[in-house]
Amino acid sequence: MQERVKKEPEREFRVIGTRPLRPDGADKVTGRAKFGADFKMAGQLVGKVLRSPHAHARIKSIDVSKAAALPGVKAIVTRDDFKDQGSEFVPAGEMLVNYRDVVRTVMAREKALFEGHPVAAVAATSESVAREALKLIKVDYEVLPHVMDPVDAMRPDAPLLHDDMITAGVTPAPTKPSNVAKRVEFALGDVEKGFKDADVIIEREFNTKPVHQGYIEPHACVASVSEDGSAEVWVTTQGHWIVRAHCARLLGWDISKIRVTASEIGGGFGGKTVVYLEPLALALSKKSRKAVKMVMSREEVFRASGPTSGANVWVKIGAKKNGKIVAGEAILKYQAGAFQGSPVQPGCMSAFAPYDLEHVKVVGYDVVTNRPKVAAYRAPGAPISEYAVESVVDELSERLGIDPIELRLKNAAKEGTKAAYGPKFGPIGLIEGLKAAQDSPHWKAPLGKNQGRGIAAGFWFNIGGETTVSLQLNEDGTLSLMAGTPDIGGLRASLCMMAAEELGVDLGKIRPIIADTSSLGYNFLTGGSRSTFSSGMATVEAARAIIKEACVRASKLWEIPIDAVTWEDGKVKPAGDNAGKHQPMDLGDIAKIAGKTGGPIIGYSAITAHGAAPSFGVHIADAEIDPETGKATITRYTVIQDAGRAIHPSYVEGQYQGGAAQGIGWALNEEYIYGDDGKLQNPGFLDYRIPVASDLPMIDTIIVEVPNPRHPYGVRGIGETPIVPPMAAVAAAVKRATGVRFFELPMSPPKVLKGIKDAKANGGAKATA
Amino acid sequence: MAHVVLIGNLRQYTGGVTELDINAASVRQLFARLSEQFPELKPHLEEGLAVAIDGQIYQDALLQPISEGSEVHVLPQIAGG
Repeated sequence: MQERVKKEPEREFRVIGTRPLRPDGADKVTGRAKFGADFKMAGQLVGKVLRSPHAHARIKSIDVSKAAALPGVKAIVTRDDFKDQGSEFVPAGEMLVNYRDVVRTVMAREKALFEGHPVAAVAATSESVAREALKLIKVDYEVLPHVMDPVDAMRPDAPLLHDDMITAGVTPAPTKPSNVAKRVEFALGDVEKGFKDADVIIEREFNTKPVHQGYIEPHACVASVSEDGSAEVWVTTQGHWIVRAHCARLLGWDISKIRVTASEIGGGFGGKTVVYLEPLALALSKKSRKAVKMVMSREEVFRASGPTSGANVWVKIGAKKNGKIVAGEAILKYQAGAFQGSPVQPGCMSAFAPYDLEHVKVVGYDVVTNRPKVAAYRAPGAPISEYAVESVVDELSERLGIDPIELRLKNAAKEGTKAAYGPKFGPIGLIEGLKAAQDSPHWKAPLGKNQGRGIAAGFWFNIGGETTVSLQLNEDGTLSLMAGTPDIGGLRASLCMMAAEELGVDLGKIRPIIADTSSLGYNFLTGGSRSTFSSGMATVEAARAIIKEACVRASKLWEIPIDAVTWEDGKVKPAGDNAGKHQPMDLGDIAKIAGKTGGPIIGYSAITAHGAAPSFGVHIADAEIDPETGKATITRYTVIQDAGRAIHPSYVEGQYQGGAAQGIGWALNEEYIYGDDGKLQNPGFLDYRIPVASDLPMIDTIIVEVPNPRHPYGVRGIGETPIVPPMAAVAAAVKRATGVRFFELPMSPPKVLKGIKDAKANGGAKATA
Repeated sequence: MAHVVLIGNLRQYTGGVTELDINAASVRQLFARLSEQFPELKPHLEEGLAVAIDGQIYQDALLQPISEGSEVHVLPQIAGG
């Protein structure tokens, strides 16, 4: 599709770049905002899920008879209520999805493939009846050996999850099944040749654990199916059109019969781009003829909703003595969970993205394990691969005696650099970010005892996609803005600001909503850092459509040619004195005559937004290590990142801080702990330790603005990049504080303490762990 | 003619060919020409790919024009979280 909105020349902005009060703020701080679990329907039932207690088991039979006979139970669904889907990758709103795997994620069929895998679901008149019913469902399992780790799962004798999984991407194709779904490879130049030119080569192996997206709001939905087959769903989601598509496909219903409304969302970070409860709730509602509400407990969220991958990553980097990197190579083994589809491919593509390299080769393996199927988590795949590469770059800087920022400046990708994944970059802000880091007060601040400072760069691609916005001129001249990308980080405020800027009107005249799937044209989900970019582009187009129509109405009313009419400062007016003496009209005046001059005035834009541009970030982390406990405390942290143009700087800063906080948790504390029986031992926030406000200092931010020339206001997506650098930045800080370099995350206190003790026993600061 | 580079695993379906010149005025024409030349590639072109034209990445853009002399990369689509 052609570009639809052209960038205007640089100008002063009236609204863009200011910090107005957020339109969703009052409801959120007073508790009035309606989240997924806040919606109620009259007569609704409570839905609950029976989940496998085994990490790997064949399901021989399911007997629901006793549960069905329990008073208060109105419906039960099992695998028999969901038609099997063939193995085929089909588009589901721009994503490629294998519905054979989706139907099995939602409800186990032949096997339970992870502890927590749904086996049946019940709708009953109360939660206590539902729970009682679950106990009465008898499932005959044949317990099988399980495998939890990608390296273990790749061994020839590993327990096999899928009898028909033949590794794709290997020539010739293997003759036997394995747990490796796919091999991918990305290469530039000739790494062997590159390494021959190196004066220094560093090779390291890293291991990371799966971590959860950690949204505070669990999955929740209410579904209601009418006797005529039409259905409504209220759900916390990042993509209600995707929910609609998945449910229609899994249940065999027309898409037009399902209307999905997105609630306010209490965090998603990628984890709410898939379905878990919604098809079950709809199936239960259809059977019971009542609305059904389903809410996951925190334990269920951990046991049964996607974390991101854990991984084993090997990295090799060669450089000249002057710091010029001559070759980079990596092998990534990512676990996908029970079904194929880890983010190993974007992990491969992003690993060396911050660097201008002639010779690069990255190979990735997508490996299934007996854990929940992974879901997207903020820049999926990139934090892991870039953690490993940035850590080796840090070690390189120490080995060569070159400042880590200078080393990165020497090798930084810039406009015209050929990315490791193929195309050349347009204008990008990495060098600006590195220089801002160099000039920052943080970089120059002195450090105290047991403290170290680390720095790392990061990258994410960002995307556009299908987007629709409707901007309605109301009878009194105010405007109602309908967008379709759920607001996970300030979208509504930013869209109103862009509309106000275009129209030249007061921001307070525009109120936004996120529309349901029946009220607006198609929207791809909120993810890929796309919503401010894409919905913003559509909003600008919609606002310009209103301006155009207002001019048309004025020209007809005034009986002058259209080119004699202009729009200025929120009003339509004659373009010059020779156009006649006509009183300028604002939107209120236009609205009054709209019905009498052709009908209501709406600006509507339905586009596939193109022109998304990457965002590079640089993070500086200071860590202080308690030598007696191994606890690492982040004492100072700065995020520097290119936003293109910050529409509402407070929201941009919030995204930077939030991503950094998640990356710090990933680096220092977060991990799933499984027993030998394949059961999760820490399914709660007490023992799955994410950072809370008291764990972290105020995270400082520096917004770099290298405008994206493909967006009318220069916007780049910014939501994902902030999670990419923290792991390497913190690891580098810990190294400089302790003298010990860690190659496994998280760097939790027992591991750091052991590393320090082992280093002392081995005679000093250069030991590694 | 545009200079086309196939990124990632696509080489498996082209007998190892990763770079070639193709006469195509749009992404749709590019996919059609590639499918004619490499029939095994066809199902993989239909979904899940992005096209970078002179550095700008397009996803789902069958009608996007390709100019004479453009550098075109066919690469995996990116989603996000």
